[in-house]
Amino acid sequence: MMVVVQRIGELAERVGRDVNLMEVCGTHTMAAFRSGLRQLLPSTVHLISGPGCPVCVTDTNYIDAAIALCRRADVIVATFGDLMRVPGSESSLENERAAGAEVRVVYSPTDAVTLAQENSAKKIVFLGVGFETTAPTVAASIVSASKAGLQNFFVLAAHKTMPHAMEALLHDQQVKIDGFICPGHVTVITGAAMYRFICEKYRIPCVVGGFEPFDMLKATEMLLAQIADGRADVEVEYSRSVNDRGNVAAQKLMAEVFEECDAGWRGIGNIPRSGLTIRMKYAAFDAVPALGVRFEPARPHPGCRCGDVLRGVITPLECKLFGKACTPTDPFGPCMVSSEGTCAAYFKYGKRQAAA
Amino acid sequence: MCLAVPAKYVELQGTAATISVECALREVDVSLIEEPRLGDFVLVHAGFAIHKWDQSEVDEWETIRRGLEVAAGGGGG
Ligand code: SF4
Repeated sequence: MMVVVQRIGELAERVGRDVNLMEVCGTHTMAAFRSGLRQLLPSTVHLISGPGCPVCVTDTNYIDAAIALCRRADVIVATFGDLMRVPGSESSLENERAAGAEVRVVYSPTDAVTLAQENSAKKIVFLGVGFETTAPTVAASIVSASKAGLQNFFVLAAHKTMPHAMEALLHDQQVKIDGFICPGHVTVITGAAMYRFICEKYRIPCVVGGFEPFDMLKATEMLLAQIADGRADVEVEYSRSVNDRGNVAAQKLMAEVFEECDAGWRGIGNIPRSGLTIRMKYAAFDAVPALGVRFEPARPHPGCRCGDVLRGVITPLECKLFGKACTPTDPFGPCMVSSEGTCAAYFKYGKRQAAA
Repeated sequence: MCLAVPAKYVELQGTAATISVECALREVDVSLIEEPRLGDFVLVHAGFAIHKWDQSEVDEWETIRRGLEVAAGGGGG
């Protein structure tokens, strides 16, 4: 590993200026902190965290809609654990559960389908949040519910897709990105070719990285080498899991159930073609029309700067509430709740490391 | 949600499989994998196998893991 660190140092010297490398994925953010690798980087190489924590980019009005659903006597809400403590405008799913609402934490969308089979008198609503890695698993659960003829399984879908969100950040005047460490497991599904337009249109290098500390260092080295040579290509460091074409079976399933739509990202706003909505063909499983879900204007905590954190404009240390009013036990925003959230990473692994 | 470590099928039945990952057994769905076979290594996300690793990819992962252990153990000061 030290050889890579040394090469990073040499390349940084060759580049001769400060560079911002955005690790788009929340799992990368956590891995970088956990392993302490940020401290191994030269002072001119900045790793900035991006919008790749699915829970964090989910708008407050979605949480509010999920809360309204779980308050209905005929509904059981099934969700991945990370959403439980995310604050909505007034409450959280965890608070609602404590107050008696039926909210179940599941490990897989398949578990929610099983829940529907076992509770035929109830409507099971699965909270479909996540990027291209998760969307095919939710698509598979909708298809299997359809094959089983289930009439009490629904998905409140807010899936988001990466490429146009990354593009939106390149238009942001407040943040300057010199290279992307692209999300490894999103790319397992989509294939690396998806990032080519970023290199061609914006001349920004993209390297798909894995999740071991070595992978992240190697991806950093590959990005710096491209910057030093004046290149902007898509390269794959995580080649043990990622190829150009991706998982075709998963892509097909995703296209069968979902179609592209515009989506609202916390902190970034509406990004055209960056979301997935359930196709008409599967409308019977779409909680929005089937259960009459309405998205009301939301009130996120006024002091919370998750939006700026997600765009890489500030680090959590620049949020006045960080570590004082806002902590993992009493979180004000999703970035402090999620196991992939940047504020949670800074809190857990300490300010000293974060400042590096 | 995502286990970036190789998991091995120990049982297969239609689209349902049991995997062994880091000494624990778990149920996963294999409908996103073409031609799953007993003994294959896969990457798992949210209860689904999402990618099949071939032996050389598993070996690479093991090398990286070992390298990390050596570096962490040797860099004690
Ligand atoms: S520290 Fe808390 S309040 Fe500040 S941006 Fe992060 S989650 Fe929001």
